[in-house]
Amino acid sequence: MSEQTLFKVTVDNITIEVPAGTTILQAARQIGGAVAPPAMCYYSKLEGTGGKCRTCLVEVSKGSEKDPRPMPKLVASCRTIVMDGMEVKNITSEKVIDARAGVVEFLLLNHPLDCPICDQAGECHLQDLSFEHGKADTRYEFQRRTFKKHDLGKHIQLHMTRCILCYRCVFIADQLTNKREHGILDRGDHAEIATHIEKSLGNEFIGNVIDVCPVGALTDKTFRFKNRVWFLKPMDAHRDCPTCSGRVTLWNRGDEVFRVTARKDEWGEIEDNPDGKPGWICNTCRFDKKHTNDWIIEGPRAISRQSVIAQGHYAGNVGMTQPTEIFKAVNDGRAPHLLMDIHNESEVNLPSVRLSEIEGPSHGTSFNNNSKNA
Amino acid sequence: MGVKLLLEKANVPGIRTYDVYRREGGYAAAEKALKEMSIEAIVEEVKKSGLRGRGGAGFPAGMKWSFIAKPEGVPRHLVCNADESEPGTFKDRYLMEFLPHLLLEGLLISSFALGSNDTYIYIRGEYAWVATILEEAIIEATKNGWLGKNILGTGFDCMIHVHRGAGAYICGEETALIESLEGKRGNPRIKPPFPAIQGLWMRPTVVNNVETLAAVVPIIKMGGEEYAKIGVGRSTGTKLISACGNINKPGVYEIDMTISVEDFIYSDEYCGGIANGKKLKACIPGGSSVPILPANLLLKTAKGETRYMNYESLSDGGFATGSMMGSGGFIVLDEDQCIVKNTLTLARFYRHESCGQCSPCREGTGWMEKILQKIELGKGESSDIDLLWDIQRKIEGNTICPLGDAAAWPVAAAIRHFRDEFEWHIQNRALSQTSNFGLQHYADPIHVPA
Amino acid sequence: MSLEFNNEQMTEFNRLVAHYPEGKQKSALLPVLHLAQDSFGGWLPTEAMDYVASLLQIQPIEVYEVATFYSMYNLKPVGKFVFEVCQTGPCMISGSDNIIAYIQKQLAIKPGETTKDGMFTLKLVECLGACGYAPMMQVGKIYREHLTKEKVDAIIVEYRMQIVALN
Ligand SMILES: Cc1cc2nc3c(=O)[nH]c(=O)nc-3n(C[C@H](O)[C@H](O)[C@H](O)COP(=O)(O)O)c2cc1C
Ligand code: SF4
Ligand code: SF4
Ligand code: FES
Ligand code: FES
Repeated sequence: MSEQTLFKVTVDNITIEVPAGTTILQAARQIGGAVAPPAMCYYSKLEGTGGKCRTCLVEVSKGSEKDPRPMPKLVASCRTIVMDGMEVKNITSEKVIDARAGVVEFLLLNHPLDCPICDQAGECHLQDLSFEHGKADTRYEFQRRTFKKHDLGKHIQLHMTRCILCYRCVFIADQLTNKREHGILDRGDHAEIATHIEKSLGNEFIGNVIDVCPVGALTDKTFRFKNRVWFLKPMDAHRDCPTCSGRVTLWNRGDEVFRVTARKDEWGEIEDNPDGKPGWICNTCRFDKKHTNDWIIEGPRAISRQSVIAQGHYAGNVGMTQPTEIFKAVNDGRAPHLLMDIHNESEVNLPSVRLSEIEGPSHGTSFNNNSKNA
Repeated sequence: MGVKLLLEKANVPGIRTYDVYRREGGYAAAEKALKEMSIEAIVEEVKKSGLRGRGGAGFPAGMKWSFIAKPEGVPRHLVCNADESEPGTFKDRYLMEFLPHLLLEGLLISSFALGSNDTYIYIRGEYAWVATILEEAIIEATKNGWLGKNILGTGFDCMIHVHRGAGAYICGEETALIESLEGKRGNPRIKPPFPAIQGLWMRPTVVNNVETLAAVVPIIKMGGEEYAKIGVGRSTGTKLISACGNINKPGVYEIDMTISVEDFIYSDEYCGGIANGKKLKACIPGGSSVPILPANLLLKTAKGETRYMNYESLSDGGFATGSMMGSGGFIVLDEDQCIVKNTLTLARFYRHESCGQCSPCREGTGWMEKILQKIELGKGESSDIDLLWDIQRKIEGNTICPLGDAAAWPVAAAIRHFRDEFEWHIQNRALSQTSNFGLQHYADPIHVPA
Repeated sequence: MSLEFNNEQMTEFNRLVAHYPEGKQKSALLPVLHLAQDSFGGWLPTEAMDYVASLLQIQPIEVYEVATFYSMYNLKPVGKFVFEVCQTGPCMISGSDNIIAYIQKQLAIKPGETTKDGMFTLKLVECLGACGYAPMMQVGKIYREHLTKEKVDAIIVEYRMQIVALN
């Protein structure tokens, strides 16, 4: 095998060597921690993703050893290839912090902020992002966008208002199925994902759209007795599946399996199987195997991501365990921005509301009633 | 009278037909290029001419041509951008409507130079009758041996195809145009790869504006060096300006870029002054996306020098006190026009035309429109101006394609130069619904009658 | 409504597709959708889109994605004559607001609506590249420019007469 060319790249004053052809984002992820830009649309296992959400914008302060000129604009790190000697500023750049706060504000503009009743809460990338980069309150005073309601059938729940048009579901539906069946309709600010996705439901793997959707736009309808994910214990498990690898994460409480997902890595992406292929799971494993005795449990899953799940509870200082040390070290001692307080967004977030005591599916009315009684 | 290179024959009766066009010396440049010149020589002439892209960005055409990749066995394509949707711009339509064969001749020479056997004209869908004119011209040209197989016995095959769009400004952006030509949504591509390497059907592609490609004809006819002598500095040759708004003679004019803005507006040869005896308030000199300038900064630069109708002079002062040549859509506003309302219609335009791929443009354009609407309806608050400023700042430069910038700039420039008009609207909510802020101190100092 | 091209329309379809290389017939989608819209009563019902998909051998979703993106395709029935009045900056400063208000009054419809007799639809559109000839509107394939109230009246009468003549 030929020697791989290695390029030196510096992100936020930390230098590493990566193979030629690596994107800035992937290089930064190798460094890890807060140096890795947030990515809402890019998904390393899906070809063609990225470039759209603009949360991963970084400043290239030095183009390369050969051409040291800085790049005139911030660039999408997920779609920009590193050059030898490139220097990149992510959280050390005021420009990036400012632009990113703008992008987060744009993404939240029409977002319903219904986190309290959203199944994705606790593992939503947009929620994480707004904790880290968002503003305390919205400057948007107009009515939020609404869409016609669509029913995608018995497996997948669509909440179009939460969609951030990352196109991941389009790419995955295209790449895992042999026919184009899913896409984006309309344009501009009323663009929405096609509901013809239901046609793709015949496909054994379509359930994976739930795992790649960064927000709660596509969720699992079979998530039994909807629960807040942070009350559930993730367990690695597998079964002998004729369709997929059968390697999953079970979300249990006691002996009950509430939900089955693929195994995700620290970036929220589906892990590779030992054979190096992405560990997409089939619909049968995801939707139909809801008994612990369907599965061979391997043990508790370590949640490495700095998300609310890792903290086991919701109340209190949500998202406060940023890797502050590394952040401060590279950021001249400045602390990270933590601005949005979810408790202010809705009364159901009040610590006085005990989420675990709510029965049945957690929708707005049950929450509101409960909070009134509390 | 300035030099006319493109529209010289526009008024000859019947010039739209092949016979008249040919009789008037048409296709001589094509004959010269195909029979007497090498590909390198043609590209060299275009380089020497200093011709800059007339679609808006002003990128040197010869240089763009030399970037095209030439991998063995892969077809290359030339695509003519006739999407012309930037508000204030209607020059390409005029050229295609009246001189279709001039464009075809330019396309033939350029296709030969770039090695494109199948060349496409992407025309905006609304110009349906113009598409028909072009198709008829193509039939005539083919009958007379200028298109088809083995043109003039050179062994070069070339066909020109007209492709109608269907209503989307964004398809003027070259990668969105290519997507649209492939039968897809007009979502701009994320670059790299650039079209010169992987464009239409992933083949090397050059996209040029209608006027750019038509200008190749006089360049070949007279030689690049002669062409470069017309105009001034890096603004060589002639430029079509489509003038509209509150002027006496709206229309398409060919200028040689040495004329002053003042002469262009007030001389009888061009716009013929402000309509109805009104005074000039402001002007958007290069299509709706370039910064609007108040009269005083339009006619003279901040340094007090005369401003001319060329790339350098129009952008003198940068965005602080200057604007841009852009696409040549020259929009004149008189003293009765409301800057807030005008900015609102432009913000609405960009919101309507955003493809919706990237979040700053998709969400930010709609937000700006709503705030402007609020101010226009007399419901604005003083904090709205700073909010608008902050939104446009966060869109600009952070999007996939320049439509984000195009949406941000008009809002930025309107606030920069007309902040007091916005403030007046907000402070005089009721009054602003029935009367106008008027001219205030923006009037051009020369033409205010005593 | 028959949702198949007749012979003449089929010839046109073949001509459109022939502009693109072998295997790239999807490129003809935009022109073919124009043809379908013109052939099937001025708008594109789902069946028309599915038909186009089958002709071009592409998936229906590929047609829906495109038909919903471009503003010229009507996804709902429209009147026989669609008045598409430009409302962007240059037309606005040349008085398009008055023209729009006048058309609304004369036809007694609001933007987006169709007259009860199914004759006219009023649509507000963005710049059509006729800014120098403002105010203006597009009706079918032609532009009506330099509009005045009198001209609008005359145009309405003209189209009414056309229909009378046809019947
Ligand atoms: C949003 C947007 C719209 C554009 N619209 C047009 C257009 O209508 N016509 C055009 O020639 N160029 C347009 N352009 C510029 C093209 O992307 C491209 O630069 C141009 O066609 C290149 O041709 P030129 O070098 O001959 O100017 C547009 C660019 C953007 C970003
Ligand atoms: S539904 Fe989810 S995955 Fe699909 S585009 Fe919207 S946010 Fe992305
Ligand atoms: S800037 Fe606007 S038009 Fe351009 S890609 Fe982004 S959303 Fe689309
Ligand atoms: S992750 Fe890079 S733009 Fe979305
Ligand atoms: S603004 Fe109405 S045609 Fe251009």
